Amino acid sequence: MTTAELAPVSQHPVEPPISQPIEPPADRPILDPTKAAAFPAAVLPVLRNPQLRKNVAHAIDVIQAKRTRLVEEKTDWQELRSAASGIRDEALSHLGTYLEQFEERCTAAGGTVHWAGDAADARRIILDILREEKASEVIKIKTMTSAEIQLNPFLEAGGVGVFETDLAEIILQLGEGEPSHIVVPALHVNRSQVREIFARRMGLKDLSDDPKALTAAARNYLRRKFLEIPTAISGANFLVAETGSVVVVESEGNGRMCLTLPRTMISIAGIEKVVPRFRDLEVMLQVLARSATGERMNPYNSIWTGVTPGDGPQRFHVVLLDNGRSQILAGKTERQTLRCIRCAACMNACPVYRQTGGHAYGSVYPGPIGAILTPQLMQMHHAQSLPYASSLCGACYEVCPVKINIPEVLLELRSQVVHQERRQTLRFFDPMYLGLRIANLLFSRAWLFHAAQRLGRIGLGLFTRRDGWIHSLPSLGAKWTQTRDLRGLPEQTFHAWWAAREKEAK
Amino acid sequence: MRASLFITCYNDTLYPETGRAVVTLLERLGVEVDFSPRQTCCGQMHANTGFRGEAFSQAKRLVQMYQDTETVVIPSSSCVAMIRDQYPGLFEELGNEGLRRQFAALLPRVLELSEFLIDRLKVEDVGAYFPHRVTYHASCHGLRALHLGDRPYRLLNKVRGLDFVPLANLDRCCGFGGTFSVKNAEVSSAMMAVKLQDILQTGAEFCTALDNSCLMHLGGAMHRQYLGMKTIHMAEILAGAGPGATSNESMTQAEAVQ
Repeated sequence: MTTAELAPVSQHPVEPPISQPIEPPADRPILDPTKAAAFPAAVLPVLRNPQLRKNVAHAIDVIQAKRTRLVEEKTDWQELRSAASGIRDEALSHLGTYLEQFEERCTAAGGTVHWAGDAADARRIILDILREEKASEVIKIKTMTSAEIQLNPFLEAGGVGVFETDLAEIILQLGEGEPSHIVVPALHVNRSQVREIFARRMGLKDLSDDPKALTAAARNYLRRKFLEIPTAISGANFLVAETGSVVVVESEGNGRMCLTLPRTMISIAGIEKVVPRFRDLEVMLQVLARSATGERMNPYNSIWTGVTPGDGPQRFHVVLLDNGRSQILAGKTERQTLRCIRCAACMNACPVYRQTGGHAYGSVYPGPIGAILTPQLMQMHHAQSLPYASSLCGACYEVCPVKINIPEVLLELRSQVVHQERRQTLRFFDPMYLGLRIANLLFSRAWLFHAAQRLGRIGLGLFTRRDGWIHSLPSLGAKWTQTRDLRGLPEQTFHAWWAAREKEAK
Repeated sequence: MRASLFITCYNDTLYPETGRAVVTLLERLGVEVDFSPRQTCCGQMHANTGFRGEAFSQAKRLVQMYQDTETVVIPSSSCVAMIRDQYPGLFEELGNEGLRRQFAALLPRVLELSEFLIDRLKVEDVGAYFPHRVTYHASCHGLRALHLGDRPYRLLNKVRGLDFVPLANLDRCCGFGGTFSVKNAEVSSAMMAVKLQDILQTGAEFCTALDNSCLMHLGGAMHRQYLGMKTIHMAEILAGAGPGATSNESMTQAEAVQ
C-alpha cells in the first residue's frame, strides 16, 4: 500500500455522521418476516435490477468455485459431513443437558449466562447490561443472531450508538443497507458502490475504488472505534458445553480486536449453537471453513472461556436465545433445521438465490436455510411463501456440511401451510387449491382422468393456434405462458394409442 | 423379460410420442411390454405442493396396481424420485403395515428408463440412429435423487450419427420445479434464461433429457423465443432406428422428432 493511497484518509478526520438522520434509500429492503412482502412479489424489483443480479451471481460463482476446489481435495469429505451431522444431532438430542453444562462451566470461569425466551427478552437483557455498564456506544462483531432479534435499532432507540466492525457490516451500516447473505452480508454491493458509500459517509471525496484504499479507509475508521469504545457485542459460532467456551471464527481480525480490547463483552447465541466437547471443534471448524468461505481454515479462530484476569474483557455475558428454537426441536422432520452452522453453502449453491439474492426472502436468513428457518422461527404465522421459494433441485442438501435435508423440510412446511390455508374459505376457490383438489379426484379413477383429458383437449383447443402451440392462457395458465409456449394437446393420448394397438393385434 | 410401463399422467396427456418411443425401443430389445390403462399419476404434484393426503392416496393406488408386476419402467426421472424419496415417508406417516410391506417389495422393481436399459438389460447400444447435434440436460432428480451418473451418456454415445456436445453448469436447475414454475413464475423464468444461455452455447439442434417436465419448460421457451432448437425426450432418440435396424416396428425419423 502506498502513502499516496492513504493520504486522503489521514487528511480527513473520520467523523461518520451516523447519528445524524439521513434519508434511508426508498427501496431499502424489509428483513422483518412480519412486515415483508411475499417472496413472489418481493423478487420482482430484484429480477429487473441488472447490477444486483450481476453482483450476486458473480460473488456466488467465486465462492462456489473456491468451495468446490477445497471440498474436492478432502478425500474424507463425506465422512466429515457424517461426523459433523452426528455431533450436531447429539447436541440437539440432549440440548438441555449440554446447555446447563455450558452455563455451569462458563459461570465457573467468570462469565454470566442469561436465558432469553424470545427476541424481546434478549434485547432487554442486552440493553440492561449496557445501561449497567453506562455504555453510550458499543462495537459489534458480525452476528446474524443480533440481526434476527433486530438489536441495532432497539439499542439506538435506547440511546446506545452501535458500530459494526465487520467490513461488510460497516458497508451496510454506513450505506443504510440490509444484509443479503449470512456469511457475506454485503455480497450484493460491488466495489464501486462501496467506494461511493465510504466517500460519502467518511467524507473522503477522493477515495479510489482500489480494494487497498477501501480497506485502508475502513481500518482508519475502525481503529478509533476499537480504541475508544470499551463495550462489545458478538455472536457465537459454537458454544462448547465441556469447557464453557465460546467460539467465533472470522476472516478479518476485526472480531479479534473486539474480543481483546474492550472491557466488557456480551455474546448472543441461539441455544442450538452448543457442541458437546472441545474436540468436536476439530470436525466443525473444518467443515465450516471449507463450506463457508472455501478456505482450509478460517484466518481467525477465537475461543475464550469466561474471564482471564489481566487479559481481554473482564466482564463477560452470554445471552442464550430460544426465540422459537425449542419449538423447532419438537418436530421430527423439522428438528434437523437446528443442525445448521450458518455456513451459507446452501445459498451459494441455490439456483433460486443466485437469481434473487437475499433481500427477497424478507428475513436476515435468506436462501434455502432461510426458506425453512424463517417460517419456523415465526412459528408458521408469517413467511408462508418461503417454503415455496424453491424448485426442490436438491443442490442445498448436497452441499450441506451437516446434512440438513432441506427439500424434505421444505415439503414438510409446505404441507403445514396447506393444512393451515385450505380451511380458509378464501382459499376454497383459489385456482391452485381448486385445481389440485379436482386433479386429486381425477387421478383416483382412470375413466375420470380420461374424460378430463378429452375435455382438456377441447378446452385448450380454443387457445391452440394453427401452429399447434398455445401462446397465451388465462388465470394460472398465464403464469406459464408469460414466458413459455405450451404445445397443444395431441389428438391421441398414449393410453388411447395403446388401446388401438391392442385392438389391432387381436 | 417383461416390463410394465408407467407412462405418467403428463406424458400420457401431453407427450404420448415419448410413450410410443419407449414401447418401440423396449420391444426392439426383446422386452415384452405391458401397460395398465388404469394408471393415472404418482402423486408428485400434490406432494411437492404440500397436499400430502392426496399424494398418499395416489401413492397407495400406484403401489397396489403394480404389486404383481415384474418390473415397472418409468420414462420420467422426477416421478421415479417421487416413489423412491417421498413414498417411504408418506407410507410411514399415513399407511399401514401391510401397505408398507407391499411398497418395500415393489420399490426395487421400479426403474427409470436409463436404469432399466443399463442395469437390467445391460445394453448400451440400442441400435439407434440420430444424425443431429445433441446436448443433454441432467434433470435435478435424475442427477441428485436417482444418481443416474454416466448412464445417459453411455446410451447417447452409442447412437449412430449423433454429435454430442456437453452442457456447461450441468448441475444447475432449469427452473421448472413443478408448481414452482407458476407459483414463482418470474424466478423460474430467470433461471430458465440462464439455462437457455448454456444450452445455446452448445450449438445443438436438440436438447434431450430423461424427464419431459424440464423439457416442457425449456422447449416452451425455445418455441416462444424462436431459438431454432428443440427439446426431445431421450427415449425418442433411442427409438429412432437407423439404416440397418432389423425391427420393422421402429419409428420413422419424422415421428421421433415430432
